[in-house]
Amino acid sequence: MAQQHAAKRLFDKVWAAHIVVAREDGADLLYVDRHLVHEGGFHGFNALRAKKARISRPDLTFGVVDHYAPTRTHDLTAVDPAIAGMIHQHEANCAEFGVRCIGLTSARQGIVHVVGPEQGLTLPGALIVCGDSHTSTHGALGAIAFGIGASEVAHVMITQTLWQKRPRAMRVTFDGQLAPGVGAKDMALTMIAAIGADGGQGFAIEYSGSAVRDLSVEGRLTLCNMSIESGARCGIVAPDQRTIDYLRGRPAAPQGDMFDHAAMEWLGLASDSDAEYDHEVTINGDQIAPIVTWGISPEDAVPVTATVPLPSATDAARAAHVREAAEYMGLTPGMKISDIRVDQVFIGSCTNSRIEDLRAAAAILLGRRAVVPGMVSPGSALVRVQAEQEGLDRIFIDAGLDWVASGCSMCVGMNGDLVPAGRRCASTTNRNFKGRQGPGARTHLMSPAMVAAAAVTGHITDVRALMKGRQS
Amino acid sequence: MKPFTRLTAAAAPLPLASVDTDQLIPARFMKRSRAQGYGDHLLYDLRFNANGAPNLDFVLNTPRFAGAQVLVARRNFGAGSSREAAVYALVDFGFRCIIAPSFGDIFAANAVNNGLLPAHMPEDAVEALLGLLTETACDVTVDLDACLIRAANTEFPFAIDPVWRVKLLNGWDDLDLTASYADQIVQHADAQRKLRPWLQTPTLDGLTLRPE
Repeated sequence: MAQQHAAKRLFDKVWAAHIVVAREDGADLLYVDRHLVHEGGFHGFNALRAKKARISRPDLTFGVVDHYAPTRTHDLTAVDPAIAGMIHQHEANCAEFGVRCIGLTSARQGIVHVVGPEQGLTLPGALIVCGDSHTSTHGALGAIAFGIGASEVAHVMITQTLWQKRPRAMRVTFDGQLAPGVGAKDMALTMIAAIGADGGQGFAIEYSGSAVRDLSVEGRLTLCNMSIESGARCGIVAPDQRTIDYLRGRPAAPQGDMFDHAAMEWLGLASDSDAEYDHEVTINGDQIAPIVTWGISPEDAVPVTATVPLPSATDAARAAHVREAAEYMGLTPGMKISDIRVDQVFIGSCTNSRIEDLRAAAAILLGRRAVVPGMVSPGSALVRVQAEQEGLDRIFIDAGLDWVASGCSMCVGMNGDLVPAGRRCASTTNRNFKGRQGPGARTHLMSPAMVAAAAVTGHITDVRALMKGRQS
Repeated sequence: MKPFTRLTAAAAPLPLASVDTDQLIPARFMKRSRAQGYGDHLLYDLRFNANGAPNLDFVLNTPRFAGAQVLVARRNFGAGSSREAAVYALVDFGFRCIIAPSFGDIFAANAVNNGLLPAHMPEDAVEALLGLLTETACDVTVDLDACLIRAANTEFPFAIDPVWRVKLLNGWDDLDLTASYADQIVQHADAQRKLRPWLQTPTLDGLTLRPE
């Protein structure tokens, strides 16, 4: 029984520390350490009003403006009034209920899953929720972090707790060492292609192995971010010295002796070497190639050197999906991935908008021109400042791309940054769903370096061919 | 919340995999309050053509399946975004039960919180049911107590998390349950304050209650 080993796994150590009530039927009432709320939280605030309730722990609740944040201006009188209204509503809701809010014009504004780690709100051993499925991102620091719906948001606001059944345990081990030009996004898409977009449903994924340990914290954030695209509600990485080094000195992290004391506990959270898992997946990191999606689900991912798959002769449901996906995407089964021309590119989103992502894209674009239009939206205002200090903005602008402000932007299109119908976008985002980037838009997911390569050539391109003589 | 025990209604076949929550409710329609309703935007880009006219080929626009309260779909239904509006749209449109081989975890939790039953059925049974519904328009009976679907003299067992089954059968709201544990919540918070003080009341210098 997995239960006998429960206390030995990283995930279970953190889970156990948050159980308020363990019900006999298997539901646990969990205490929430950080509740992050973006503009979509209005349903929760409305529920508070309807119930004449207050926020239980406003000190552990943080507002962020990201989903509707305009990226071309911060003058809300100059944008669609319905979009401006969502931002005003959120800032007003936070003020009314005593929640500190990182508003649109804050120096630390940004995408909630970039801001949380950046500010040190995300800590190892914490339980973090947000009404956004990509909350899985925060697990990169050794937290249990998962997305919740509006009813659950209201429940956390009112009680600071949540009823959950403990997910089953999956370990995904990436052995070996990544090749140049290959990164965390390629690891995530390789895993999702292997286990399916529902392969992680009901599981919490622990990422381990040498290729995960070798990732920077930023790479781990990308990997955990994409956990939800495998169906897993959360992903987690054991805190190590890199985690500690990343967190030291961040504004909301503990300081001084308190930090050192916390760090001792964090380093002890790692799973015991004899911990057992309900499901194990092993992927050879040496063999991972730059990977892109061709279809309408993140599982529709293949190496850049491959072809658009042919409909299966044996699996009718899968064949129907491949035909539906190829038709929506305007592709011919069997064609080479590298023959797919793109109309535009997007670099941004909670998946790939951190400084290392921007550096990786800029390394390919340096001294080159994009032959298609595109946007680069840094993950936060602070990432933007850092990128400008490093001169990355000049590289993007000189290549012909637009350097814009931070927000969820073209990943979800809520702020009006949309891909037109029928147009094809090489994108560093996380979802290639039908209509995700706008009605009729066609999305190909890939790493920042691969998007940069597509920008330079106008078609999906193996970035390794553009790396000769450059740093990866 | 209204308890769910047994339902007999028309069932619409939607033989698509990965009907994600972006398709169920496109992002551009998410600004409304709950009271304004979301049903008219359900599966908008499938139900309507680009010019806004109804797509008459789409199953939910056919008279045969008007009034369907059960939807049968392929695997990975409700994947993706945590937007509860996807469930609001289904519920407001009139659906009370979705049958599929697998569901997005967050979608399924949201469904249960709104009295919508996510019924797991094995892939081959779903394919058989889809075939049945495409050949003969027939009502199905969903029996949550027995975890059975009956359609045209055939019984299809389905699965649901037992905690969720009890919650749906009774129409329970988590907030009512949690209220009875108020003391334990306070005790837990007090204990953690001493055990893990670094998780308490994070200071963000300069970040005040007025939006920056």
